Amino acid sequence: MSESGVVSRLEIRPMSERPKSVGRPWGLPADFLFHKMAVFAAFLVAGVLFATVIAIAFDSRLSIHAFGIWKFLKSSEWNPVTQTFGAFPFIVGTLVSSTIAMVLGVPISFGVAVFIAEIAPAWIKKPVAGAIELLAAIPSIVYGLWGLLIFAPVFAKTEPWINDKLGAIPGIGLLFQGPPMGIGMLTAGIVLAIMVLPYISSIMRDVFLIVPSSLRESAYAIGATTWEVAWNIILPYTRSAVIGGIFLGLGRALGETMAVTFVIGNSNVLSSSLLMPGVTIPSVLANEFTEATTKLYVSSLIYLGLILIAVTLIVRFLAVLLIRRLGRREGAKA
Amino acid sequence: MTADRPQSYPLTNIVVPVESHRDSAESAAIAPPQVKIAARNLNFYYGKYHAIKDVSLEISQNRVTAFIGPSGCGKSTLLRIFNRMYDLYPGQRVEGEVILDGENILTLKNIGLLRARVGMVFQKPTPFPMSIYENIAFGIRLYERIPRSEMDDRVRYTLTKAGLWDEVKDKLHQSGLGLSGGQQQRLCIARALAVNPEVLLLDEPCSALDPISTAKIEELLFELKSNWTVVIVTHNMQQAARASDFTAFLLEGKLIEYSVTSKLFTTPADSRTEAYITGRFG
Repeated sequence: MSESGVVSRLEIRPMSERPKSVGRPWGLPADFLFHKMAVFAAFLVAGVLFATVIAIAFDSRLSIHAFGIWKFLKSSEWNPVTQTFGAFPFIVGTLVSSTIAMVLGVPISFGVAVFIAEIAPAWIKKPVAGAIELLAAIPSIVYGLWGLLIFAPVFAKTEPWINDKLGAIPGIGLLFQGPPMGIGMLTAGIVLAIMVLPYISSIMRDVFLIVPSSLRESAYAIGATTWEVAWNIILPYTRSAVIGGIFLGLGRALGETMAVTFVIGNSNVLSSSLLMPGVTIPSVLANEFTEATTKLYVSSLIYLGLILIAVTLIVRFLAVLLIRRLGRREGAKA
Repeated sequence: MTADRPQSYPLTNIVVPVESHRDSAESAAIAPPQVKIAARNLNFYYGKYHAIKDVSLEISQNRVTAFIGPSGCGKSTLLRIFNRMYDLYPGQRVEGEVILDGENILTLKNIGLLRARVGMVFQKPTPFPMSIYENIAFGIRLYERIPRSEMDDRVRYTLTKAGLWDEVKDKLHQSGLGLSGGQQQRLCIARALAVNPEVLLLDEPCSALDPISTAKIEELLFELKSNWTVVIVTHNMQQAARASDFTAFLLEGKLIEYSVTSKLFTTPADSRTEAYITGRFG
């Protein structure tokens, strides 16, 4: 080898003779600091969560003491005058409005993500993706104003049609009856669907884009269509991230306050119809906190907050369970 | 299908010596190879980059044809033209003709049906995120509605053909991702065979596999060619020499030499082929 001489020309100098900039004069202390800060940050987050739950539970002690757990959950009575409080309409309203948001929002988000990741030509991808992400930048109070002042009047005009067509169907018709007011559970669900769309669709799009092209190609190579590839290959492959994204959106829908308060109608009376006004936990908190005059009233509202945290945690738990179960059914190992 | 083209005719651009039939399946051993795919004046572009330059060659039925050449010579690109994989990517385009059984596939409208006739296996094993059984059944269901018992038979037949049945028959409903790399690749071959193609394209199918798995797949190639026309891209010259009947050597997008494998590796006509197979570049 003629180049072997090169090696002998390399000088290996002792550390002390090397220029100061070489090596890591601050290396070790920086490493130490970084380690401590990372540990601190991790414990801080967990600590804040824990402290919040404790504080809220502590502040709702009056109400817990007065109504217990089970009775508070199932009681529909919410009467500041008689000082009796129950959470049932609020829990139902929270779950129903979020369910509507998911039923409408998830398929649309999937369509948007598939369009951006699989179908759209390059020149249209960026504008569409950008527009969807801009939806996330709109403050929720603006959604509320838009929902109340623009969407609700328009929607009120379509409600007679919904009464006629969907309301006439036996069974599910019960969901679509009532006067055309434009505001109510369905309106809130639709506005929520628009609000969660950017979150769910951008997560879906991101995970669809990292599916190995070889996997995608091998599905196309046996003659699958774009739909078959998206539904049968890409979606199962990205399943846990997609479910994670859906539940992130659901978490947002469950906790959304301002937009819902504007359009849901704020009625504590439970109704079977989605066109009727309803109420959610966040909306009642926003509406009534300033009016809460007695300690028990305040405590009951805080108790509702505690229940909202519990609902969110249960939803997260179900998400994890769902991912595990789907994984087991397909025998995923990797 | 155009009437003026014969559907089947002997190879025209290669002289095939009789002894090259020796490895072929018995029935095919006597018959001279017939042309399955004929590529005429192919040019391929990745945007402005000219990747395949005026390549014409004929692929013979029930034989294994290998494409060899250094990295970037266009061998995979050429293979991906035969099932129009390039269609997935805007900016990639092809000029020329690829005649499959008398029909120019480059102008076909129904690409799904073309890909059912021309199957493909990729470099990395890519089992679908589903069970072993479903990996096979998925492709079949794209084209046929068949009862469960018949599906069971088809899955079994295909896995047997791919030499995988004995290894997986007790865990058909476990995930394909739990198999070893070599098993996964044979699963992918089985999956490609399940839709009953006429041609099987293999794009460096062994490059991610260990030597034992590689040997199994090479063995499989011998089995497969009694039913299928096989085209394999490989960067492993020994593999081409062992497993193929015909070999095409490509360099910088051009077809340098195409002949019976034994001839190409022993007495290459072109000095560049000789330089490559003796390891002087690539």
